Amino acid sequence: MMAARFLRCALPVLRHARSYAEAASVPTQMSFTFASPTQVFFKEASVRQVDVPTLTGAFGILPAHVPTLQVLRPGVVTIFNDDGSSAKYFVSSGSVTVNTDSSVQLLAEEAVPLDQLDITLFCKSARKTAELGDTGCTRLLHQCKKIGEDLSQQQTSMSILLEPLSVF
Amino acid sequence: MGLASGQVRNMATLKDITLRLKSIKNIQKITKSMKMVAASKYARAEKQLKPARVYGAGALALYEKADIKAPEDKTAKHVIIGVTSDRGLCGAIHSNVAKAIKSEIANLTSAGKEVMVINVGDKLRGLLYRTHGEHIMLNCKEVGRKPPSFGDASLIATELLNSGYEFDQGSVIFNRFRSVISYRTEHKPVFSADTVANSENMTVYDDIDADVLRNYQEFALVNIVYLALRESSTSEQSARMTSMDNASKNASEIIDKLTLTFNRTRQAVITKELIEIISGAAAL
Repeated sequence: MMAARFLRCALPVLRHARSYAEAASVPTQMSFTFASPTQVFFKEASVRQVDVPTLTGAFGILPAHVPTLQVLRPGVVTIFNDDGSSAKYFVSSGSVTVNTDSSVQLLAEEAVPLDQLDITLFCKSARKTAELGDTGCTRLLHQCKKIGEDLSQQQTSMSILLEPLSVF
Repeated sequence: MGLASGQVRNMATLKDITLRLKSIKNIQKITKSMKMVAASKYARAEKQLKPARVYGAGALALYEKADIKAPEDKTAKHVIIGVTSDRGLCGAIHSNVAKAIKSEIANLTSAGKEVMVINVGDKLRGLLYRTHGEHIMLNCKEVGRKPPSFGDASLIATELLNSGYEFDQGSVIFNRFRSVISYRTEHKPVFSADTVANSENMTVYDDIDADVLRNYQEFALVNIVYLALRESSTSEQSARMTSMDNASKNASEIIDKLTLTFNRTRQAVITKELIEIISGAAAL
């Protein structure tokens, strides 16, 4: 008897059960496309974070970033994969689009993985361009001289060389 | 073997048939070699088309996702970029694009809008200048000899932007490559920086100043033109390959028929000579 009354009292509570509102439907994965006119690096891939150098400053894009359009500046793009590894590319120019559905299109006019850049050739041409009066290269030249002679550490040197470009 | 001497009949003489056979065999050799060249160029173009398609799709993604449309009421200025090439013998490539441009011009002018055309490729100029000469703004030559590069696309876009024609929207009309034997004439939209800025869905996009948007739009224009150039070049090479293949097949059919005719004629001549000899001997 007591049990039945208890059940009757309990039932209305069950019918009007309350719960928290559902989280807004935010895409948890970004669909990342990174390409140059001649090569595709990422096509609708799922990555954790992308750092891009733009005309208005460098910023990192994560899934559910606010939609924006930006124009790239020469610098290093760093892509952090879901498994924690990162890949760096040097881009000359281009554009980046972040849409409302968290898809990111990074289109570079020229892009090359950092480990394909030869530091000796780089310093040589930087020196030549600086001699022709291009002041932008003198800063690179200082970097070259600092890292300069120890060319056995090619890969790390290249990224150290180019990192300052993204952090103006 | 003796050739028929001087006798003009309704059917061709052996000498005529021999000449014709020789010239058609030469033509077949030429079309076969053109087909080989087109096949190798097509293979290269198709390989380079894959990354270009991803790149172009990325450039168009903004227009699709933000659903940008130009305002309908204004007397908008339109621009049409028609992409083909300089060389013929590729089937209906050039005429398809010209037909699409002509119908587009007819639609726009009947709606009272102003439209100007940029011809990429000499063939298109030849097809359009007589009837729609007053709409042509720019002509590009030396297209199709080498595979198109990003620099070519940026050259075209720079000329358009420096021409002083303040267009609001437009389209690029080109042949999209579908397969070795098929392509389709399609168009992709082009918008000016102002149209994009004033589009309603653009407020979703954060932190955009006019300078950045103008840069972005110019870059997007180059990307779309680049995609059109690549697709068009691949379609053209595949179309040239199939049309030269058809030409070679037709030539072999004609060669077979002519060879049969030649043999029949030769046997007829021999039979005639024999008859003359025999009837002459019988007369004795």
